[in-house]
Amino acid sequence: MTEHVVEVKGLWTRFGRHAVHRGIDLRVEHGEVLSLVGGSGSGKTTLLRQMLGLEKPHRGQVRVLGEDLHQCEPSVLQRLRNRWGVLFQEGALFSALTVYDNVALPLHELRTLDEELIQDLVLMKLEMVGIEARHASKVPAELSGGMVKRVALARALALEPELLFLDEPTAGLDPDRSESFVQLIEELRRELNLTVVMVTHDLDTLVALSSRIAVLFDGRLVVVGTLREVVHSEHPFIVNFFLGERGRRALEAVWDTLGMGEDMPQQAAQGSA
Amino acid sequence: MPEAAATPLNAPQLRQTSAADGTVRVELCGAWNLAALERRLAQLAPQLAAYARDAGCHWDLSAVTVLDHAGALLLWRAWGRKRVPRLTLRPEHEALFDNLTAPRRELPKPRQDWRAQAIAVGEQILGLLEHLFAATLLLGRVVIDAAGLMRHPQRIPWPEISANIYRTGAQALGITALVGFLIGVVLSYLSAQQLKQFGADIYIINLLGVSVIRELGPVLAAVLVAGRSGSAMTAQLGVMRVTEELDAMTVMGIPHTVRLILPKMVALAISLPLIVLWTDTVAILGGMVAASAELGIPYRFFLSRLPDAVPIANLWLGLGKSVVFGILIALIACHFGLRIEPDTESLGAGTTDSVVTAITTVIIVDAVFAVMFSDVGSFE
Repeated sequence: MTEHVVEVKGLWTRFGRHAVHRGIDLRVEHGEVLSLVGGSGSGKTTLLRQMLGLEKPHRGQVRVLGEDLHQCEPSVLQRLRNRWGVLFQEGALFSALTVYDNVALPLHELRTLDEELIQDLVLMKLEMVGIEARHASKVPAELSGGMVKRVALARALALEPELLFLDEPTAGLDPDRSESFVQLIEELRRELNLTVVMVTHDLDTLVALSSRIAVLFDGRLVVVGTLREVVHSEHPFIVNFFLGERGRRALEAVWDTLGMGEDMPQQAAQGSA
Repeated sequence: MPEAAATPLNAPQLRQTSAADGTVRVELCGAWNLAALERRLAQLAPQLAAYARDAGCHWDLSAVTVLDHAGALLLWRAWGRKRVPRLTLRPEHEALFDNLTAPRRELPKPRQDWRAQAIAVGEQILGLLEHLFAATLLLGRVVIDAAGLMRHPQRIPWPEISANIYRTGAQALGITALVGFLIGVVLSYLSAQQLKQFGADIYIINLLGVSVIRELGPVLAAVLVAGRSGSAMTAQLGVMRVTEELDAMTVMGIPHTVRLILPKMVALAISLPLIVLWTDTVAILGGMVAASAELGIPYRFFLSRLPDAVPIANLWLGLGKSVVFGILIALIACHFGLRIEPDTESLGAGTTDSVVTAITTVIIVDAVFAVMFSDVGSFE
């Protein structure tokens, strides 16, 4: 009975003669956190942009919340766009608007809410992401990288979305901030009952947040599954990515749950061999 | 409750019932989230307010399928920003109201100051002085760097200078020719009509020659180049500043005054006089065509009279002015480019300021030249 939150069927993306995706099939279930991983240039951000309707498929279909992004009526698409929130890699805050106006903009765009309700909602969202009210009148240029991400998250959550897209949520943050940002996303996800689709290449973020992982390589999905299923894959990219030096360190905390055996170093030696 | 979240369009509803013992119940059902509420807010808000006036009534939210912050806030507001004593809630919605019990957050208000207007005027004047000061500093920096280059001629950035001459000069030939020709034609027609009345047809050559070569050519070309190349220079430097390319050059030990600003100033100082010469030629050509059509003055006669009618000093004055204009346009463009802030509005405002200031400065300096050289190039 349930429709999938996001459903990608036989997707091909082309830029000129270069095919970025060659037949991708992917489903995102309600309430899960799906992470897209892959090397640089493997088309993970492009896949996210496809789900947002920012790119047009060469072939295939992208359905989000039950609607085909390129077949439906503009009014349906408009309503659909109010049901998702997007956190862009650099935040994409409107540089000419203050923090408050950035978060209030999607609420103003509904044109039915009164100013008092908007103010309460904006300040509540800002508090949810840990931004104090005294920063509300600043413009994005005056904020640090971590604060920009938080404000962008508040803006993404302004319309109480069911679906949240995150593009490299922790890129450009120091490890400490990155960890607290991951915690924030996890708390909000639980509190707001969100479905999350995330692009990342940060292993710590990946391990901490995702319930399922989709690995993109060479325009195709190599593996889609839980962390445990993914690390058991034999694909050279996955072995390199998860079981290399850095990967092993990130997986250390959850190693026991993966069923990879006690012998971590040996496993890694095999991986790099 | 995935089903409920997937179909948020079951409309929010509320109704009031009274039980046998006289207690009034307000029952809410459906989805009370932003997506469902926003279209019915106009009807719901007054209804909520009306029910909330009765403080003793029992609020039953157990049939609410979806509740989010916006919905909770709407109820909270109707209840007068406090929890009603008799409330039935689903356990999973409890947390939404817990958040609201904290004192209401206020947006810090900017303080009103009756002196604000006066301060704004003062700041504008100081800002103008500050611009002048900074532009002078920049000019000084460039002059010092240029003097340094004289001692190390192998460091002179010839490729940049040449590229800038091509961009500001060669690529501007088309537009300056078009504008110059049309201005020549218009000027010639208008003058011809007046001169005909006095039978002074022949003086069209003096009139056109002096006005175009001494004033119109240099100013027209400078205005076009300021709009065309000045804005491009400001935008280029501005984007380089925002993307930290200028800082990257500095840390590599490449002073951007030498590599970016000096070439632009030198290039405009060379290309603008050439453009002026070109504009003068085409404008006089246009005037000549119109004079021949309107007054029947033959081309050969027009050209042979021109050197007698216009002393050659006028040409030198026009070209000399244009060297100064070129340097000023590049200096102003670079000055504004270096002050672009990393936001979208600053780039637009900076480019506009740059062009407006450059054109204004060109006209002011032209007036100064006119006064200083009033006795040069006139008829004895």
